Amino acid sequence: MTTTPARDVVDIDDLTVSFATDSGDVAAVKGVTLAVAAGEVLAIVGESGSGKSVTARSILGLLPETATTRGAVVLRSKDGASAHDVVTLSPRQLGDIRGVDAAMVFQEPSTALNPVYPVGWQIAEGLRAHGKYTRAEARAKVVDVMRRVGIPDPEKRVDHYPHQFSGGQKQRIVIAQALVLDPGVIIADEPTTALDVTVQAEILDLLRRCRDEFGTAIVLITHNMGVVADLADRVAVMYSGKIVEQADVATLFSSPQDPYTQKLLASVPRLGEGSARAVERSSRREAGWADSAPVVEARDLRIVYPGRLRQPDFVAVDGVSLAIRPGEVLGLVGESGSGKTTIGRAIAGLTKVTGGSLQVLGTEMNGVKEKTFRPVRERIGFVFQDPASSFNPLLTIAEAVAEPLVVHKRAGDAREARGRVDELLEAVQLPKAFGDRFPHELSGGQRQRASLARSLALQPELLIADEPTSALDVSVQARVLELFDELQREFGFAALFISHDLAVVDLLADRIAVLYRGSLVEEGTGAEVLGNPQHPYTQRLLASLPVPDPAEQARRRATWEQLSQS
Amino acid sequence: MATVATPQAPAVEAGGRRPRGWRGLPVVRQLRQSVGLQRGMLVAGLLLTGLFLLTALFAPLLAPYEYNQLRDPAGPFGAQQAPSSEHWLGTTVGGYDVLSRVIWGSRTALLVIVAAVLMSIVIGVLLGLVSGYFGGWLDRVLVVIADAIYAFPSLLLAIVVGIVLNGGESSLAGGIMAAAISITVIFVPQYLRVVRAETVRIKAEAYVESARVIGAGQWRIMSRHVFRNATRTLPLILTLNASEAILTLAGLGFLGFGIEPTAAAEWGYDLQKALSDVTSGIWWTSVFPGLAIVLVVLGLTLVGESLNDLADPRLRTRRRGGTSPADVAETSVVPAAAAVPTELDPAKEVGL
Repeated sequence: MTTTPARDVVDIDDLTVSFATDSGDVAAVKGVTLAVAAGEVLAIVGESGSGKSVTARSILGLLPETATTRGAVVLRSKDGASAHDVVTLSPRQLGDIRGVDAAMVFQEPSTALNPVYPVGWQIAEGLRAHGKYTRAEARAKVVDVMRRVGIPDPEKRVDHYPHQFSGGQKQRIVIAQALVLDPGVIIADEPTTALDVTVQAEILDLLRRCRDEFGTAIVLITHNMGVVADLADRVAVMYSGKIVEQADVATLFSSPQDPYTQKLLASVPRLGEGSARAVERSSRREAGWADSAPVVEARDLRIVYPGRLRQPDFVAVDGVSLAIRPGEVLGLVGESGSGKTTIGRAIAGLTKVTGGSLQVLGTEMNGVKEKTFRPVRERIGFVFQDPASSFNPLLTIAEAVAEPLVVHKRAGDAREARGRVDELLEAVQLPKAFGDRFPHELSGGQRQRASLARSLALQPELLIADEPTSALDVSVQARVLELFDELQREFGFAALFISHDLAVVDLLADRIAVLYRGSLVEEGTGAEVLGNPQHPYTQRLLASLPVPDPAEQARRRATWEQLSQS
Repeated sequence: MATVATPQAPAVEAGGRRPRGWRGLPVVRQLRQSVGLQRGMLVAGLLLTGLFLLTALFAPLLAPYEYNQLRDPAGPFGAQQAPSSEHWLGTTVGGYDVLSRVIWGSRTALLVIVAAVLMSIVIGVLLGLVSGYFGGWLDRVLVVIADAIYAFPSLLLAIVVGIVLNGGESSLAGGIMAAAISITVIFVPQYLRVVRAETVRIKAEAYVESARVIGAGQWRIMSRHVFRNATRTLPLILTLNASEAILTLAGLGFLGFGIEPTAAAEWGYDLQKALSDVTSGIWWTSVFPGLAIVLVVLGLTLVGESLNDLADPRLRTRRRGGTSPADVAETSVVPAAAAVPTELDPAKEVGL
């Protein structure tokens, strides 16, 4: 460490946490020693299951009953007057320090707030639990903290209910809840993962102000190296329940020491890497390619979800026109609710088209009957977002991959299709023996590869990938993306690649289309869209995307601040 | 259950996975999983249920007399005889041997349970699947009918069905079927609702959508993807319903809508006949059939309740580790090879 902090608010010494499970005890954290200095942002990074959440939650004693904790977690109050070893405290004593000495910001703001109480009441909950405030005092304090976290017009909004706030504002309220008692340290568990990139930038800005204005230390748990580069002062990398490396943020990004950290940083997708590939791919195409009939062509596509009683209809997709030519990868980017998934589902015949025209492999989807579309399904593959739920838990991987072959009568049953299934598993780099496993016996990345194998079973002309890597860890994501690229080159299918992550789309797509509130705001090659964005939304999106490089990110932040002020 | 071992199963054995073979069978797996009080409850329930099943199976060997036997070579048994060496539990007001009636009664009870539960499962699951999967007007009609059946007191309904079906007939098969069908009518709505709710949930799961994208037909999706997933919770309801079935049967018998004593032994009927004995100090005619009902219901309920608790990870108690630091977990934290940060990639090891 470059600076010696005056005082540590949290001192974790040789912490080991194990959980009682059906198959015996499982250690989640082993011998972790960690300190958080006052007023610093410590990021704990690592893949899922690495123990980063468990480590951070142990600071608040927020572990489930099945957990056994050993070691010491010393939590000091902000003024340094008192110190407690959280591990040895009784539930009652824990209640006394929670909120006062340490507080928590949760991942999903929409579930962290109780829908039946006004937000002001919920922020004041901490005050009621810990101090003697009159109603008026508490209200004044709540209004004050709401103003400081950037809720406009707090005097009025203090009486509003959670559903009256947007996702980003809800997260601000959750942060206000944590700040109201002015704790020495805030645990932020993936505070921006559930938010859109543009909102994420605002919340990161707010967290930075928490540190600067409130002097609160923040323990930031995240898997997003861009967020780390943006916010953290110091980084601890966890792997397999242990800390493999600790360094300040500049050192970690410029010269990572541990091989795991190096690999992790190398697998983070960076903007601009894909442009070269796209150019190379387009140079290989034959002359007449641009005039060939598109696989998918949408003209003024409109998809409306009927509203419930006395509520207006919801327009998910509003007048989108796009085309995908044979063998081309179109990346579709947009925030949640922009209609990108709806377009993908409409192409696969899962959602009804309500207006305009959508031609898929020569079939008009507006008003299509399931019977006429079924033969076309053979030529379309679909990769779902969550590999955990897209496999029937009672079928083996081989049976699931054989399913399309059996349905389309290429094979009598799963056993007969086994030869082809083995080939497919090999193509996605899974060993044949994995065919006999059940989905829960595979890791997320392996399952997503099996999902790719299933979608490619019938050698489709068109593949729709709906956020195929958003549920995966960065290192796993890198492997799956690489595989997708290889397979695309080998099989030559056209693809619609849907993602919220510009960097991921940039890696794979020939062209990028940006959706904003149901309309297509920008479309072009990666170089065009990322290099010289025209639409203000695309500019904002691009500026909000944190890059995994602290120096570069500081520069981008300045641009973002300018953009958001104008 | 997902425990049927496939022919290729040996390739899949690895630590920490769901056990296969006999250890993976429904009740056996839960028994191995359970600890402490939950295990005690489950074991007690299984013992009582096992005793009940054995008695029912070997009734002809165990019972000293037939259920409708009134005399032996030495002459009539006589009514309301106190327990003696000939009649261990005495005789009833009708002159039957109490012990024999109690033992034979278990057989009637078992037949009724099996018939009733089988019929209600088949009908209920089928209707629930169709109702939940297709929805629309059929779904609404079925749910309204189910609600209407719920609105009736179950015993009253069973009596009505019993009268309609039975029409005064009282043979063994007729009596058992009448009781079983009246219980079925009460239980079908339960199964329908459970399976329907599960089906509606599963219909929205990604793997059903993926089957639709592949182009699978409705029946294939229903049979291959929805059916087995929707019926996973049924064993729990089944055990609980079995005990309810016994109570309904006994209730029917007690009210006089059950099986005649000459056709089969039935605990509820015997209890009713023993009513007047209680005031005159003749305890044996009522205590033993009553005890039989209580023990069987208790056994089945214990099994059902503990299976229910064990199926829910939040209610399940687990064996706590000792104070020794657990390095047990080395393999379980991340399924990855030690220092290689990318996920486990056996393809490389295989040499692809």
